[in-house]
Amino acid sequence: MNSLTKMVGWIDERFPLTSNWKAHLSEYYAPKNFNFWYFFGSLAMLVLVLQIVTGIFLTMNYKPDTNLAFASVEYIMRDVPWGWLIRYMHSTGASAFFIVVYLHMMRGLMYGSYRKPRELIWIFGMLIYLALMAEAFMGYLLPWGQMSFWGAQVIINLFTAIPYIGPDLSVWIRGDYVIGDATLNRFFAFHVIAVPLVLVGLVAAHIIALHEVGSNNPDGIEIKKNKDPVTHIPLDGIPFHPYYSVKDIVGVVVFLMVFSAVVFFAPDLGGYFLEYNNFVPADPFKTPEHIAPVWYFTPFYAILRAVPPMFGSQFPGVIAMGVAVMILFFVPWLDRGNVKSIRYRGGIYKIALTLFVISFVGLGILGVLPSTPLYTIYAQILSVIYFAFFFLMPWYTKIDKTKPVPERVTG
Amino acid sequence: MSKKEVDRSKRRFLIAATTAVGGVAAVGAAVPFVMSMLPSERAKAAGAPVEVDISKIEPGMMLNVEWQGKPVWVVNRTKAMLDALSKNDPKLADPKAEIPQQPDYCKNATRSIKPEILVAVGICTHLGCSPTYRPEMAPADLGPDWAGGFFCPCHGSRFDMAARVFSGVPAPTNLVIPKHKYLSDSRLLIGDDSKGA
Repeated sequence: MNSLTKMVGWIDERFPLTSNWKAHLSEYYAPKNFNFWYFFGSLAMLVLVLQIVTGIFLTMNYKPDTNLAFASVEYIMRDVPWGWLIRYMHSTGASAFFIVVYLHMMRGLMYGSYRKPRELIWIFGMLIYLALMAEAFMGYLLPWGQMSFWGAQVIINLFTAIPYIGPDLSVWIRGDYVIGDATLNRFFAFHVIAVPLVLVGLVAAHIIALHEVGSNNPDGIEIKKNKDPVTHIPLDGIPFHPYYSVKDIVGVVVFLMVFSAVVFFAPDLGGYFLEYNNFVPADPFKTPEHIAPVWYFTPFYAILRAVPPMFGSQFPGVIAMGVAVMILFFVPWLDRGNVKSIRYRGGIYKIALTLFVISFVGLGILGVLPSTPLYTIYAQILSVIYFAFFFLMPWYTKIDKTKPVPERVTG
Repeated sequence: MSKKEVDRSKRRFLIAATTAVGGVAAVGAAVPFVMSMLPSERAKAAGAPVEVDISKIEPGMMLNVEWQGKPVWVVNRTKAMLDALSKNDPKLADPKAEIPQQPDYCKNATRSIKPEILVAVGICTHLGCSPTYRPEMAPADLGPDWAGGFFCPCHGSRFDMAARVFSGVPAPTNLVIPKHKYLSDSRLLIGDDSKGA
């Protein structure tokens, strides 16, 4: 026995190192037919690590004080050695996180990854998405630019629209009657410690649940149903390590190429990753000409604007926006189809999913643009399609003509 | 009861009692943390009334004053602006200011104490942007019917020269008129309307 084996043995008697390595990597059997869409889970983890590391280094120079915040970000950009790189990695990472997560969710919708027995994986995933939205929203206030201030003003005022408790609730969120030092300081606390802790915990739960039931695949077949009679290893499974760990490294390299291109050549990406108005310090007395949230929130913002005020209250719009997000939690129970993967679904689901993607992207575009009467009508039509995808799902998935699912995974 | 069976109902009761007492303690312990997020004493003190000298506001001009961290507009309206107010009535959501967005002494045609001086909180009742003052008549971007007022750039809400909201815009109600009173002809106190002193 060499000394390394001895040391591992010593650890194994005190900590389940080898058994965990096997359970989650070298003997975690993943379906052998993973495709392009399966890169985004591991990429999301990569971006989470990037955000945590760059975030820690940003806090070393950032000051959560309304008088100092804007200047401290400029200080990081100009005077701190390599500060510009760390800051641009963090700001680009925020957008990259949402791109990767939206594609990861799209994969779930395409291959029915939320279906039994993976409902809890989906719910943990949705909770991660909610935490991510909170994280992004609060992080956006910290640079204390015009968009930081007015974006937060608009979003916190959404809570004011809640009947009865709304006004008090929004004062409690702000810690003041207006967005001020108290708000900035608490958003900093939530952004750098509270929400990241929750995020990491949820990611752990997401992966533990995944490794309990096993990964879905583009065919939507349970590979655990076909095991080798002797070894009890799924016939269509291959060990995650080294097969997928190596494959994911290719994904990481390609991702980092695109990521670096943005960080080095277009860190504001034409105003979509960093809005131009945010290079102006926050001024509570002057609203910018046009307020739009960062791109990853615009689909929901467009839904909010599409709903007109009713009964002298804008609450219906706020409800619609909330439902647009929360409805995703119920997808595992709304889908009544008898196959998981889009490969074996009929035409109805394919059309429905296509319309849904069009409505989501369309609403995202409209949410960036100023509202005009014509655009409002577009947003209303797309909102109806967005909600129809979910509310009509129990019916159209049931009547959809599905194809027979093969016993074993294909290509 | 050393070797006898476990008394399950007693065990259940004890578990339930422990959970309930522990739950109450947890909620109780959470109260100070939740309350600590309310406005501090310093933040409350910053809500003190603000005194403004209105003698230097030319007719048709607006003064932006900070009160409780919010912009408060003080507008010296011209005779023409006041005359135009009633013409807006049919196009307004709440022309008579029935919804209490103002103190009772401002529930009148001009929504003010002195007819010419408008005092309003410059925060849109939609989502809290600050509308811009657009006193000019029929500018190109606001259409030929515009008779002066406030336009919110965020979501296109429109208000007239008495800070009353037009119908069909995102903002549901008129802008808020804060408590205020005149200490003398030219001295305005925003945020306090108590009598005497």
